[in-house]
Amino acid sequence: MENKAAYSHRDPMLKKRDDFEDILEERRNSSDLRYALRCYTPVLYKNLIPCDASALKTMVLQSDQVHYVISQVSKETGRTAEDLQEEASGIVEEMAHRLQLSTVRFFAFALSKVFKTLFKSICVNEDGIQRLQQAIHEHPVVLLPSHRSYMDFLLMSLILYTYDLALPVIAAGMDFMGMKVVGEMLRMSGAFFLRRSFGGDKLYWAVFSEYVKTILKNGLAPVEFFLEGTRSRTSKSLTPKLGLLNIAMDPFLKGEVFDISLVPVSISYERILEETLYAREMLGVPKPKESTSGLFKARKILSEDYGSIHVYFGQPVSVRSLAEGRVNRCQFSLTPRHIPKRASEDVQTFVNEAAYSLVRAQEENMVLKPWVLLASILLQSEDLDRGIPLAELTEQALWLKDLCRQYGGFLHWPDQMTPSEVVSSSLTLHHGLVRVSEGKVHLALNKEAQAGPVTPEEQVLSRAVPVISCASYRNQALHVFVRPALLATAVHTAATNNKQEVYNTFSFLRNLFANEFILCPNATVQDFEEACFLLEKTGVVQLNEQEIIVTHRGHRTMGFLSRMLLPFIQGYQVVCAFLCEEASDVLTEKEFVPAVRTFLIKKLLAGTLRYPEVLSSDLQKNALAALLRLGAVRKVKRAEQTSLKVNKVTVNSLEDTLGGKLPTPRAAAARL
Amino acid sequence: MHVFRYYSTLVSSYIYPCVCVCVCVCVCVCFFFFHRQDIMKWNGWGYSDSRFLYNKKGQAEFTGKRYRLSGMIIPGLKDWMESTFGTSLQHKSSATPILNSTAVQVPTINEAFVEEIKTTGIPFSSDAEDRVFRGHGHCLHEIFALREGKIGRVPDMVVWPSCHNDVVKIVELACKNNVCLIPFGGGTSVSSALECPPEETRSIVSLDTSQMNRILWIDEKNLTAHVEAGIVGQDLERSLNESGYCTGHEPDSMEFSSLGGWVATRASGMKKNIYGNIEDLVIHIKMVTPRGVIEKSCQGPRMSTGPDIHHFILGSEGTLGVVTEVTMKIRPLPEYQKYGSVVFPNFEQGVACLREVAKRRCAPASIRLMDNEQFKFGHALKPQVSSIFTSFLDGLKTFYITKVIQRLRPQPLVCGHPVVRGDREKVLQHEKQVYDIAAKFGGLAAGEDNGQRGYMLTFVIAYLRDLGMDYYLIGESFETSVPWDRVLDVCRNVKARIIRECKDKGVQFPPLSTCRVTQTYDSGACVYFYFAFNYRGLSDPVHVYEQVEHAAREEILANGGSLSHHHGVGKLRKGWMRETVSDVGMGMLKSVKEYVDPSNIFGNRNLL
Repeated sequence: MENKAAYSHRDPMLKKRDDFEDILEERRNSSDLRYALRCYTPVLYKNLIPCDASALKTMVLQSDQVHYVISQVSKETGRTAEDLQEEASGIVEEMAHRLQLSTVRFFAFALSKVFKTLFKSICVNEDGIQRLQQAIHEHPVVLLPSHRSYMDFLLMSLILYTYDLALPVIAAGMDFMGMKVVGEMLRMSGAFFLRRSFGGDKLYWAVFSEYVKTILKNGLAPVEFFLEGTRSRTSKSLTPKLGLLNIAMDPFLKGEVFDISLVPVSISYERILEETLYAREMLGVPKPKESTSGLFKARKILSEDYGSIHVYFGQPVSVRSLAEGRVNRCQFSLTPRHIPKRASEDVQTFVNEAAYSLVRAQEENMVLKPWVLLASILLQSEDLDRGIPLAELTEQALWLKDLCRQYGGFLHWPDQMTPSEVVSSSLTLHHGLVRVSEGKVHLALNKEAQAGPVTPEEQVLSRAVPVISCASYRNQALHVFVRPALLATAVHTAATNNKQEVYNTFSFLRNLFANEFILCPNATVQDFEEACFLLEKTGVVQLNEQEIIVTHRGHRTMGFLSRMLLPFIQGYQVVCAFLCEEASDVLTEKEFVPAVRTFLIKKLLAGTLRYPEVLSSDLQKNALAALLRLGAVRKVKRAEQTSLKVNKVTVNSLEDTLGGKLPTPRAAAARL
Repeated sequence: MHVFRYYSTLVSSYIYPCVCVCVCVCVCVCFFFFHRQDIMKWNGWGYSDSRFLYNKKGQAEFTGKRYRLSGMIIPGLKDWMESTFGTSLQHKSSATPILNSTAVQVPTINEAFVEEIKTTGIPFSSDAEDRVFRGHGHCLHEIFALREGKIGRVPDMVVWPSCHNDVVKIVELACKNNVCLIPFGGGTSVSSALECPPEETRSIVSLDTSQMNRILWIDEKNLTAHVEAGIVGQDLERSLNESGYCTGHEPDSMEFSSLGGWVATRASGMKKNIYGNIEDLVIHIKMVTPRGVIEKSCQGPRMSTGPDIHHFILGSEGTLGVVTEVTMKIRPLPEYQKYGSVVFPNFEQGVACLREVAKRRCAPASIRLMDNEQFKFGHALKPQVSSIFTSFLDGLKTFYITKVIQRLRPQPLVCGHPVVRGDREKVLQHEKQVYDIAAKFGGLAAGEDNGQRGYMLTFVIAYLRDLGMDYYLIGESFETSVPWDRVLDVCRNVKARIIRECKDKGVQFPPLSTCRVTQTYDSGACVYFYFAFNYRGLSDPVHVYEQVEHAAREEILANGGSLSHHHGVGKLRKGWMRETVSDVGMGMLKSVKEYVDPSNIFGNRNLL
């Protein structure tokens, strides 16, 4: 009954989305200077207790929590309280934002100029802005944008400034601080800086969580952070990180505020600035350290056309209603609230599921451009070198357009243009990735090869660059197709119509790919039903009590869907093969990716692997994480290093299962 | 020597719109009459002659002669009601004026029991009016139903024992004939404790303790008094005052509530800071149970004799037996008492001040802090002043408080009002101490007379709910106790929850949702919430009301508040008992009940 409700709720046909406004349009028609200097009077939180940046620091340092942790740490380490107090104020100094309107005005001015050259348009849903404004007035707000580019948080602040909304303070990674001037400017535009890892540093944790909570409790400003924790290099949403979300929900769970609004924001780029950078990074070219000079080098980017950006402010989610019936808030009544305590199991589960549903909310409102569909089709072509005839590509794109819409994708297909115009303009925008020659469209695989004499290995890697870039565009649409695709794969793999068996395979695949795609924990049955519903609705399968039968006209869709997942399946399979065949006992975690890469290059050269995509270190890491989670691989700490202990029997059988040689293991308690 | 002090409310404070005063279960009425419905309302609060109404000129007026406010015009009330709730004099929702006896179920009589009662000579009755009067407390749903003339299950019979031995006989006969007994004191319960369980098939007999109302002795050497449990608060105080003593136990319902009821619900009085709550005041309790009489063998001030058996009785809510006699501490009357009031720039500062006062253990006899909405409400209840001069003075004061202070501090006004008692010197010293603390939190002293009036108004506000109900307003108060660090959070979240729930449930007008801190302890405080709304446009207002109240209680619990500070559990809140006292705790209580009353003779089904 409950499943049913949740799932009919998800019926994509019922999805109603707002219209967009282009905020660059006005910038092109009026003075940027006047815009940057205009009067700014945002709506503030109704119970705001105003306090400036230095008062905020004092509040944090004088808080019960920080005092408590200082005395604890002092007892444990023997350091004096004064010393620790000193350290705490050092931490606050390092972390704190210094939001200044003048800096924001500067950015507003400069970014308007830059954005106008880079982008055709920046589209924002104004209804979402209205909702956000109301939410800011009513309750403390947490903004949760998706993270695909460095631009994201400046873009967010710019939009909020444009619409006269309260400027957020933003949790940023410490790496930005290395950028001297820019780091300080970001600080003055509202960023506060977090160390990437602070492991067991209790004092750091206390100061930082108190800092975030103080801002929220007093409603000083909306707090913005990235649920995904870091930029997604693959355009797939990353599995959410829970630390900050835990902190942000804490004031509600402990009754310190009546409610908190979480606002998922979906930022979709038609063309990602860091496109090639990301692809190289995943192929093993290390990420350049953020530096101011590096940013200037990035200037050549300015001459390119990056299409449009869509920013969708989702429906604010009330933490109170999320927690209703899920968390027993009485559990916080028996210890003083300032004593840091490990979250109870129900709180952990709750925060985890909330995080997934928020990431899904981000995904759902991501705008997909026609190119995303073209990339998906191109990657499935029989031979990447030869490509697909333009007319066929167009036909397939039209077919996929309908499918995507039926599955609830937020597709922006310009209906006023003819299909071939749409396709050709997409191809033009992404001229770095695709070529059209002799009426055929193919990936620009040879672009890099012209650089000079290279080893075959290097050639393999450079050929993979456009494939991986292209895959990142396909990935934008994965969330639309992933559930039906898992089902399609399960139907193929299970090689039976029996619903229960298909479900078992589905459940197995879903579990295996839990690190790869956003699949809410404990929602296997809902996902299965949703996939069945979508496939049945589009006439791909027929369902009855016991069976799932693929219809005659359903084969095309089934084929497309299962081919979509093939690179992932092959990737996981080959990682398993590597671990069985090559991995020594002393393989360390650090060595894993380079070793797999060497292994894969060999296989690719030998022609036994079809998809260059498997070279993506993201995929390999996800596969390893999945194997660790499933217990097929264990981490063993040895001296300085962590090495990987492979359970070859389990890994081997996983490999065979993925290869279709073994039936899927019966999922425990898999009941429909 | 014994000082009492009273500060009381300042400028306004005191009143809560249409909301019932805090009331403790069971209670009784003064003077010994069987048919108390002759002078009391059968479907509303208090004395029949005392009520608020709008006179022909459309001004609010309080009738009767019993209270200081009686016969006075309250000019501000109408505007306040209209602007707060959107009420109008045109839209009236009158109550059924007289009880229609045919609406009352035919009593289920246990003939054998009646025959045997007759032989004892204890008075009894099966008259419809007597039965209906004892079949309810003062919860909103109970009064609302009565006003509509709807009568549910009521006791089948009323008996009036006049001493401990009468009770022993009645309980014996009830056990012998398997009759359900429900003790009845003052009838001021606000926890559905007096409602007859509809599933009860036996004959239900209401055991009215009102005739057991004597002070049996006063022991001046030990400062104790031995009193029959049916005595009503105001009679007890009056009689003791005549001998120069008082108990100091003054719940807001003390006009009607009884000693036995206080014991059975763990009552709390507004001056507990000096005198203590009921559990601190009792020395000895005698209770008649189906197993026999339970009492201690001596009157030692403290004993280490295993768990205190008084604590099985205190808060037992009539499920184990009838409290018949109580020995209580008494104190000499204070020489001097003084009221006062303080205005704070905001509620947070007020709470901080109360916390400081509690920390230093210098709380006056009574100290309360109300939020801004109640402050305004208090203003609305000021009676018309008699002379131009006082009117002028009042105007000046109002101007000072609302304009001058507000200009200095633009935050909302909040008022706290302490009462100090004791010998004059000490009182003044104590008063200064409290005002000094208040000053540290931005509190400004705001006068004595306002405080005094606030104290008096404590007793008349309960009448206001009846006026509200005449104009489509329903409301209620409820209380909790909460640790100091949670006070502000509970106040904020519960008020906000009430407003949100009302909106979600389709209430057409913004509700009144307000609170006050009424008691301070070393480690926490008692908080009272009042909420009321205009129910025009709702098809089932009582249901909506109950949903909101339920949600508000959930919110209290989620924020670390208790299930009840002194109203008790009754049947209204017993769904939360298990999580409140744990499974084992429930088991303990149940096993006591099973041993003491295996046949469930005391079958009101409260608590467990």
